[in-house]
Amino acid sequence: MQRIKYSELRSTKKLWSLVVLLAGFVAAAGATVLYIEHHGHIVTGMNNQIVWGVPHIFAIFLIVAASGALNVSSIGSVFGKQAYKPTARVSSLLAMALLMGGLAVLVLDLGRPDRLLIAMTTYNFKSIFAWNVLLYTGFLGIVAIYLYAQMARGVHVFALKTAGLIAFLWRLALTTGTGSIFGWLVARQGYDAAIMAPMFIAMSFSFGLAMFILVMIGTCTMTRRIYSPELRTRQARLLGLFVAVVLYFTVVQHLSNMYVSEHQAFEKFILLNGGIYTAVFWIGHVFLGSIIPLILLFHPKLDTKRHLVIFAAFLVVLGGFAQLYVIIIGGQAFPLEIFPGYEVSSSFSDGVINSYTPSILELVLGFGGVALALLITVLGMKFLRILPVNLSDDNVEPSALQ
Amino acid sequence: MSMFEKNKMKGADFHRREFLKKGAALASVTLASGVTLMALSQGAAASANPNIRWGLLIDANKCPSDCNACISACSNEHGWEDTGLDTDPQWIRKVTLKNKNTGRETSLPLMCQHCEKPPCVDVCPTGASFKRADGIVLVDRHICIGCRYCMMACPFKARSFVHEKIEGQKTSSPRGKGTVEGCNMCVHKLDAGEGTTACTQACETSGNGAMIFGDLNDANSEISLALANYPSVELRDDLRLNLGVRYKNI
Amino acid sequence: MRALFLAFFIIFPLSFIGSLAQENSVNSLFPNVAKAIGNPHPEGSEYWRINHPDLLRHDRDKVVRDGERKIDASIKQCVTCHAVFGDDEKPVKADSEQFFCATCHEFAAVKIDCFSCHTSDPDVNFLEEALAQYNPNSGISDKQIEMMRAYLLKEKK
Repeated sequence: MQRIKYSELRSTKKLWSLVVLLAGFVAAAGATVLYIEHHGHIVTGMNNQIVWGVPHIFAIFLIVAASGALNVSSIGSVFGKQAYKPTARVSSLLAMALLMGGLAVLVLDLGRPDRLLIAMTTYNFKSIFAWNVLLYTGFLGIVAIYLYAQMARGVHVFALKTAGLIAFLWRLALTTGTGSIFGWLVARQGYDAAIMAPMFIAMSFSFGLAMFILVMIGTCTMTRRIYSPELRTRQARLLGLFVAVVLYFTVVQHLSNMYVSEHQAFEKFILLNGGIYTAVFWIGHVFLGSIIPLILLFHPKLDTKRHLVIFAAFLVVLGGFAQLYVIIIGGQAFPLEIFPGYEVSSSFSDGVINSYTPSILELVLGFGGVALALLITVLGMKFLRILPVNLSDDNVEPSALQ
Repeated sequence: MSMFEKNKMKGADFHRREFLKKGAALASVTLASGVTLMALSQGAAASANPNIRWGLLIDANKCPSDCNACISACSNEHGWEDTGLDTDPQWIRKVTLKNKNTGRETSLPLMCQHCEKPPCVDVCPTGASFKRADGIVLVDRHICIGCRYCMMACPFKARSFVHEKIEGQKTSSPRGKGTVEGCNMCVHKLDAGEGTTACTQACETSGNGAMIFGDLNDANSEISLALANYPSVELRDDLRLNLGVRYKNI
Repeated sequence: MRALFLAFFIIFPLSFIGSLAQENSVNSLFPNVAKAIGNPHPEGSEYWRINHPDLLRHDRDKVVRDGERKIDASIKQCVTCHAVFGDDEKPVKADSEQFFCATCHEFAAVKIDCFSCHTSDPDVNFLEEALAQYNPNSGISDKQIEMMRAYLLKEKK
């Protein structure tokens, strides 16, 4: 097997046009942040009933995908699978980029983003949010060290493996923390479930790998570098497995919730008569986000069908957004059960399903986060030796692909 | 020493002198405030007395469905207004209840329940949402970053987020854009020794007398006697939050 | 040669401006800080100019967290004694250049956050006390005092 060579992306017009396009999205998001900060959140669609909206969907997706994107490196370093090692650098870079994009959206949506320094220095350690601040920033540091270990010459294998292991464990803690943001909320019927943390871990595997595959195919196509169909298929099948696991957790979550009389009204809302939430759940999350990708990704001749892989990965991403929409918005739309057994009405929307219409500002902010993540990835690949030159099948020993 | 002479000194000397001066100033400030505090603490007790636990008892029977005295009083006291928009703050609201099985209707005011184990305090990343020594749960708006996690966590939807710039705040109730707020049991009135809240006063004035406010830890207070002699409930008692606000006759 | 250059073009002008700060004449670049009513701070203006951020931060925690209100640095008292009335006979708002805090903070380009939540209007109760205590020789104009008394009469109703 040839030694894997990595090289920076070449300075082509295509590359710089992409950078300008992404930077444009980021700038637009920046402008919306200034606008929202100046006028207050009244210009967004969020209100006192739906307090977390589209920006949080994007932020949580990016953060969850970030920890999952690191998987490919981990499978290489921690689990020793030879075939994944060449793409480890892309995986680590993408993990950092996605996290930075997600954090940007999360922080810029705060009511007082100027107080970020307070958030980073004053901690209430009973809050999982406070732990998340440390987990997220720590993740960036640890993955940076890990990437350095992967790239630098003369780094002892033991150091690399240790860095990889720490990064892997850290990202599990991070995703557990992210899931627990919802899992530890006793107040709402859609949350307050221990399964949230492991479900988010499964989601991270799925979304992260989907983003990774899309970025790999995208950059290799753009730079005309070969991305081994065998390797691609292998990763695609792994994605199929992860999608199945997420579907399993979803089923268990809803079955468990349905069994509890107290929560049946909420489950009926999400699964049957919640209008948009029911539609997004069944069509977005289950059908488009899980079943279709499963069918596609287990196609017997997947190695010749690159377009199916792209389509499936894209659907998984879409399904991820749908799942987060149902979790985050659906969980808030259902009214709080303050007086069980009573019909409730008030001037503060008690007892009614809360509605949410996202404003264009929130969508621009969210997409800006995605653009920021992609921009960091592209620039990282441009200035650092991240992308392998040749990932063709001839370049990999057959035994390594087993 | 004039500024001219000061600036004639070479770098390190100048900075050293300034540092010493500032250090002395700071030390004297610290000592001075320490001395002042000691003097004060020997006088009156600090207002957040850990021996007190403020509480509220609301009798739903005495609360007419068309009365909003407590809401108006709170609005006036703290300077917020509910104009019907979903983004308007609502520190206290009237809730109309109808029992699904029996059809009996009743109404009551609902506000922050001042839990002994507040979920909002648990989830606040900076510790801005906190519980004072005397049981009042409130937001320290100086360090609130506006993440709204406490609003997600509250089982009673007691908190509101300030969605726009505020002008003309009441002197005793500072509130601003981008932070979260909620009922603080008129803490400024309690600290001034008035021993009651605006909503309770308004309820008394209206003649309905549905609200009793007082010290739950004082066995002889009106509220403690009422709680001891008549049945009352906590909302969502399954959550075991041990609320400071109790209801009668729901 | 270098020393001469430094002295002439940098240190001399700086010290000149610095010395002007002490004089606070109309021609200086140092901001014209409005005179206040009420009793002057016993520690002196210089002390307060340097230490007010730490004092405010320390005292705000005492008030909010401990309910300790008997502190002589409540922001209500600050804005009352240091109230500046505009031509419209109303106290100027915090975003105006004439506002007491703004005169120095605009000069130093340090943005303050207090008045996004705290009102900048003088507190009626303290205003009465402060007006009773002010020193007629402090330099505050009679027009300002007149407007304050009128405001007090209006607001007390």
